[in-house]
Amino acid sequence: MSDNAFEPRLIGFLCRWCSYNGADLAGTARMKYPPNMVPIKTNCSGRVDPTFVMKAFQEGADGVLIAGCHPGDCHYINGNYRTAARYPLMKVLLQQMGLEPGRVRLEWISAAEGDKFARTVAEFTEQIRALGPLEWGKQFSGNGSGSIGAGGQEPTEALEEVPA
Amino acid sequence: MSQNGSHRKEKIGVYVCHCGSNIAGKVDVPAVVEWAASQPGVVVAREYKYMCSDPGQDLIKNDIKELGITRAVVAACSPTMHEPTFRKAAADAGLNPFLLQMANIREHCSWVTEDPVAATDKAKRILGAQIHRLPFNEPLDSIAVDVNPDVLVVGGGIAGIEAALKLAEAGKHVYMVERNPSIGGHMAMFDKTFPTLDCAACILTPKMSALGKHPNITLMAYSEVTKVDGYVGNFTVRVKKKARYVNTDSCTGCGACQEACVVRKVKSEFDQGLGYRSAIYIPFPQAVPLRATIDPEKCLMLSRGKCKQQSCVEACGPQAIDFGQKDEEIELPVGAIIVATGFELFDCKNESTYGYGRLDNVITSLEFERLSNASGPTGGRIVMKNGEAPKSVAILHCVGSRSENHQEFCSRVCCMYSLKFAHLIKEHLPETEIYELYIDMRANGKGYEEFYKRLMNEGVNFIRGRAAEVTELAITHEEEGKLIVKAEDTLLGVVRRLPVDMVILSAGLSPQHDAKEVSQIFGFGCSASGFYLERHPKLEPVSTVTDGIFICGACQFPKDIPDTVAQAGAAAAGALTLVNNATVKVEPTISYIDPEKCSGCHICVGLCPHAAIRFNEEKGVAEVIEAACKGCGVCVAACGSGVPQQRGYLDAQIFAEIEGALAV
Repeated sequence: MSDNAFEPRLIGFLCRWCSYNGADLAGTARMKYPPNMVPIKTNCSGRVDPTFVMKAFQEGADGVLIAGCHPGDCHYINGNYRTAARYPLMKVLLQQMGLEPGRVRLEWISAAEGDKFARTVAEFTEQIRALGPLEWGKQFSGNGSGSIGAGGQEPTEALEEVPA
Repeated sequence: MSQNGSHRKEKIGVYVCHCGSNIAGKVDVPAVVEWAASQPGVVVAREYKYMCSDPGQDLIKNDIKELGITRAVVAACSPTMHEPTFRKAAADAGLNPFLLQMANIREHCSWVTEDPVAATDKAKRILGAQIHRLPFNEPLDSIAVDVNPDVLVVGGGIAGIEAALKLAEAGKHVYMVERNPSIGGHMAMFDKTFPTLDCAACILTPKMSALGKHPNITLMAYSEVTKVDGYVGNFTVRVKKKARYVNTDSCTGCGACQEACVVRKVKSEFDQGLGYRSAIYIPFPQAVPLRATIDPEKCLMLSRGKCKQQSCVEACGPQAIDFGQKDEEIELPVGAIIVATGFELFDCKNESTYGYGRLDNVITSLEFERLSNASGPTGGRIVMKNGEAPKSVAILHCVGSRSENHQEFCSRVCCMYSLKFAHLIKEHLPETEIYELYIDMRANGKGYEEFYKRLMNEGVNFIRGRAAEVTELAITHEEEGKLIVKAEDTLLGVVRRLPVDMVILSAGLSPQHDAKEVSQIFGFGCSASGFYLERHPKLEPVSTVTDGIFICGACQFPKDIPDTVAQAGAAAAGALTLVNNATVKVEPTISYIDPEKCSGCHICVGLCPHAAIRFNEEKGVAEVIEAACKGCGVCVAACGSGVPQQRGYLDAQIFAEIEGALAV
């Protein structure tokens, strides 16, 4: 990555059964996509606590992807419906906190959709590149110590106050 | 507690794999190792060409024993590949396996990134996430659960029959659920099998009959699985037994009822609509179970509420007919499940240029199977609609297969069955001219190429070119009254018009129309082609992402009978490996609720997809039922107070991963 251009820093929460395997398939098929996103595995997209998303922004992420199984395909019957129900609320909350809605994205990516995974990461990278850097932690605290995470000491306690 | 983990004095070992050039060809491994060595808590960072090899694993084991490392991270391939390998190595050296993490720098990094500098940078971030996580990992013990030794096989085609018989012979009790009135599947419809020309019925019916009689097999034909609950070793399967309106205990399968029935012109599904059956019917003479079934839509009694004659009731000696019979739902407890639900023939109406359904004497391959079958509607006479034998036949390959408009894949069996058809026509009608129109001839099985050679010497005309159109519009005198097949002969470089009497469409194999819904019942997905998704295309072709559920046969992908039988054996072995043990270890990554912290708000109770959280009224708190929890973590994310936590996916662990991923 060149020093001058803005390179988005992205976190992707991938459910273990569908989207993580979809990402693996993109790998085995040697599909090329931008290197900006670091995947974090959870068993189900329903495990993605909205505080994870805020934590990512606080730690300097410019965008967060949540990816789970297609509706009806959830390994846990309906965990992804919980994700789907939670997501719009979380988006409103993030908007109220001053975030552009395009900084979070929810996608259903199956284990067979390596191409969709690669395409999603590529699109999302460009989407965030267009939005520019977020520097959320700085915006909130000025001196770099995140206000949501209570000075970087114990983010969990402060963050858990946010209703899921 | 601090999220940087400095309070925990863990000694972390980092092991970066080259994977030959798979990782090292893109990622600067020495740079990653050097960087890792400087990370907090890391006491040793090593690299090796193949970390999964014995010497590679020994590096980790030795460091556990000699350096006393308390946490380890292997930066290599996907955890779905080798996490069990490395966790076992850790356990062998005395380290709790859940204190080892994988950093996926192959599938998620080296294989998908163009630029080596960017790939190296990303590898550090992926690895950093795991290094940060490790101090928060806790030792966990796998949970041993009892295994029910019974197995369910879904689908009674050759795949399901083979798997069920193998398991039953091994002494296991098998439930066989088939949705049609008889087992046998597509193979029972075939006339001969390529390339040996074995009679399909001769090799299949003994197996069908063995299954029907086997003391270890409970056969439930005309039944469907509607729901699957539970987990590996302990599934509860709900099966709907559809009403046959015939008491199967007293029915003897004599067939007197179908002779007596007044509704006699129902198109037979088994004969592909070329022949007829009655409203009460036995689908074919070798049916297993040999029991009659009433078609409720065609039976006058069941559809209109009255049938003057009720001749079936009169004809039935054992008085087995019961118009009041209802669908029945039962529950089966099983330890393993094999899904072998097969395929459907590609719907040739979708390839409208070939005129199927519009032009007489354009028939599908399965219809030809029934035509040439001695037990078929014509008694094995290959005839046109007018009853005359065709003087010329064109066999069109790749209908629906290898097509940008329909199915992209090759269906693998059509070339060979098309050759078989040519041979059968030559055998029945030696004077008939046969044209095979193919794109490429695919004869890659034992004895297949030899069969192709044999057909070339039997006087069949092979034309390389996909047929463009089948039409009745004649432009010459000799084309009149014929079907004209238009195709480019790509070897001669000319467009040809072939006037023929009959056109056989060698249709590809499609997923069952409800494959998607069925895959959702069992909790595994479908591939892009629509066939069921295997756990690993090379190494676990009959396993699915759901432990304890296996797939085999053409429901996984089109395949011929030998491959299907081989896969059925593999699935049976997979199921047997599981149910032969008294217990199975399941992942301990389940939720727990601290009763001291729970406020008793009930939110998690209603959200749990597996009803694994109950509310203890006495204590006023929610409790996790460990045996029922599958570890999705929905309750953890939903609790307003962060009380439920998921072992192995604690909030603290995920937070640490996020920090690590963004720290570089």
